Amino acid sequence: MPRIVVDVMPKPEILDPQGKAIAGALPRLGFTGFTGVRQGKRFELTVAGEVTEEVLEQARTAASTLLSNPVIEDVTRVEVLPETNEGEQ
Amino acid sequence: MTLNSSAAPAPSESRKFNIDTVAHATDTPELELPWAALGLKENEFDRVVEILGRRPTAAELAMYSVMWSEHCSYKSSKVHLKQFGDKVTDAMKKHLLVGIGENAGVVDIGDGWAVTFKVESHNHPSFVEPYQGAATGVGGIVRDIISMGARPVAIMDPLRFGAIDHPDTPRLVHGIVSGIGGYGNSLGLPNIGGEVVFGSVYQGNPLVNALAVGVLRHEDIRLANASGVGNKVVLFGARTGGDGIGGASVLASESFDADKPSKRPAVQVGDPFAEKVLIECCLELFKASVVEGIQDLGAAGISCATSELASNGDGGMHVELTDVLLRDPSLTPGEILMSESQERMMAVVTPANTAAFEAIMEKWNVEYSWLGEVTDTGRLIIEWDGEKIVDVDPRTVAHDGPVYNRPFHRPSWLDALQEDTFDGDRPADGDALRAAVLELMAAPNMCSKDWITNQYDRFVQGNTALAMPDDAGVVRVDEETGLGVAISTDANGRYSYLNPYEGARLALAEAYRNVATTGAKPLAVTDCLNFGSPEDPEVMWQFAETVRGLADACHELGVPVTGGNVSLYNQTGGVAIHPTPVVGVLGVFDDVARRTPSGWRDDGQAIYLLGTTRNELDGSEWANLRGHLGGQPPVADLTAEKTLAAILVNSSRDGMIDAAHDLSEGGLAAALSEAALRFGVGARIGIDELCERDGVDPFTALFSESQGRAIVSVARSEEVRFNDMCTARNYPHLRIGVVDAENGALDVQGHFTLPLGELRTAHEATLPDHFA
Repeated sequence: MPRIVVDVMPKPEILDPQGKAIAGALPRLGFTGFTGVRQGKRFELTVAGEVTEEVLEQARTAASTLLSNPVIEDVTRVEVLPETNEGEQ
Repeated sequence: MTLNSSAAPAPSESRKFNIDTVAHATDTPELELPWAALGLKENEFDRVVEILGRRPTAAELAMYSVMWSEHCSYKSSKVHLKQFGDKVTDAMKKHLLVGIGENAGVVDIGDGWAVTFKVESHNHPSFVEPYQGAATGVGGIVRDIISMGARPVAIMDPLRFGAIDHPDTPRLVHGIVSGIGGYGNSLGLPNIGGEVVFGSVYQGNPLVNALAVGVLRHEDIRLANASGVGNKVVLFGARTGGDGIGGASVLASESFDADKPSKRPAVQVGDPFAEKVLIECCLELFKASVVEGIQDLGAAGISCATSELASNGDGGMHVELTDVLLRDPSLTPGEILMSESQERMMAVVTPANTAAFEAIMEKWNVEYSWLGEVTDTGRLIIEWDGEKIVDVDPRTVAHDGPVYNRPFHRPSWLDALQEDTFDGDRPADGDALRAAVLELMAAPNMCSKDWITNQYDRFVQGNTALAMPDDAGVVRVDEETGLGVAISTDANGRYSYLNPYEGARLALAEAYRNVATTGAKPLAVTDCLNFGSPEDPEVMWQFAETVRGLADACHELGVPVTGGNVSLYNQTGGVAIHPTPVVGVLGVFDDVARRTPSGWRDDGQAIYLLGTTRNELDGSEWANLRGHLGGQPPVADLTAEKTLAAILVNSSRDGMIDAAHDLSEGGLAAALSEAALRFGVGARIGIDELCERDGVDPFTALFSESQGRAIVSVARSEEVRFNDMCTARNYPHLRIGVVDAENGALDVQGHFTLPLGELRTAHEATLPDHFA
């Protein structure tokens, strides 16, 4: 069954305490190659039939009204996942 | 753009681009500046030009615009607020160690201990982004307390929401309550009380006020000033980002307007764990005596901190702005100056102490950067890569902002409103009274707030002696002696709408009475005055009357205002909120073990009603339930309140009473119900003698909101002594019943019996029904 993936990220100007905490933990565990971390979230919406433009439009609306908080977050991606047999590629 | 530093090496283009230096401003007087978009009025901008003798640079414009906003400058309220100072006597100031004007007032509570407390608003951000708005409201007030040198020990949150059944209300209730809980609980601070009121006037303008209390030794008081030429200025805590630019200041200084596109919200995201580290780190700095002056960064960020520290100290400061640690390197100087990024502090440190300061920062893993030093030039100079972008007298930014004597007049509709007294439904027989009590106790404003307060940690730290639903929050300060404080916040917007002068006096009277009801002696006041637009002369009149009423009442009760906050422009599309002067009163206990809880416990104790009941239903909760708002609010007799408080405090200290509960919204019916439900212990009550003595019918006896009243439970062995005390003070007192641990009901004899189970179900179901 096709899936639509929605990525949500904290707005760039907004503090991201989780990302900050991870950024602090990386060097403690020896991962020294990174200068910053921003943590977002990913949603996968499963669709029963074909992904029509109408379904995609619904996903976009849901992304900007329910899945994200437009005051502090941006929707950075809404797109259909290529179908694979093993789920996530 | 800037060509004035010909001798300097070629600046890195990205940082120099668009930098508007003082020299550039002098050379380009004709350049148009976006002063209106930043919220300045034309006359204000002209004044900035007059002060500087040239056009301001972009950075200076940013500073003036945020610091001269209503939120930061109090430009509409200042002329009225001065009464809080003018009407204070030396006797009232006896316990005041620090008064109005600092980050928070400090009160002496004895044994070398002091307490600092303050209430502030975070209304506008909380409407835009409820969770983060409320969370950062808690964070901001806690930093005010830290910057006085105190350890924060408790918080409280007076809240106002729109109608409970409005479709937008759950969004705000869920967001705001979890924001307060999320931030406060993470900090490990008990939330010991507050208020929750629903009313359609707050639909587009919910009120989120946050109060914090801190404890310190007298010698630990820290003030926000930058003294000592050559001392270093340091910014520490979180990095500066682009969040909340102009948020509290600009956002909170204009009304939400339904016609305009919504303002792109300038909200901030808080990090309570960073704040917790900041608290501990600051307390260690204080203990090691390595800071000379300290200021938290709230509204107006670095603009506020630098200009206030400088103007309160030796008058000058020199800062290099490129040394500010940034989260977002693309910020312009103006944005850096205006950013309201959370969890930041600014301090002044002597050169000898810089190493010690750095060691403490390293220990707590807190980032810091040295920005500059204190000077005696009388100028606040801010440079960007060595080029002057701000050159101002800091007083003109921080203190000498515009002051408006805004026109005000008594609303023309007020006479008609005050004549429209309640003549609605007055239940008469027992069944109708019984149903009315159930309806009252289930009403949104009277129902149990457990669903909300259970989301807050009330007992963390182990010093909470009383919290919601008792009359006031009580925390122990000294674990050895039991010395402690009680705090209550109150306001009734309906009373204030009917009569703002009396409404303010009533708010103070109730908070004062609540504190005394727990057995604490009231000492000091903080206030958060929430109003509509000051540009509306009728709102301005409400504000003026409120301040006059509160200042008079403080004078009469002998308790000074120590600080607080004004929140204006709480209106949407021309409709202002009810004037809502939230008043917090702080009282002191010698030993919190002597606190008086609000509920009955011991079978057979006599229940007394103190005070007189009049036919005062206008503005009452009952009238509200019947959709009526008109007439005059109850009379505030402050002489009576003083006597009542003395009786409550003395009889608690002398062990004469075991429970006490004040009568306010919902009158005797609410007080009896709450006292019974507190510990699930019922009573047999007789109101006929009361009706006869005060000349009122049973309905009025139960539902009137006459002031200066409380119910207490007295052990049989203490009754004579208690009666003698009330008689000696000539205060009306009447035995109205007996605690009954067996009957499991509130039995108002001759009228109705309400099983406590039924009462509790009605009382506790309302909030879960709407929000759970």
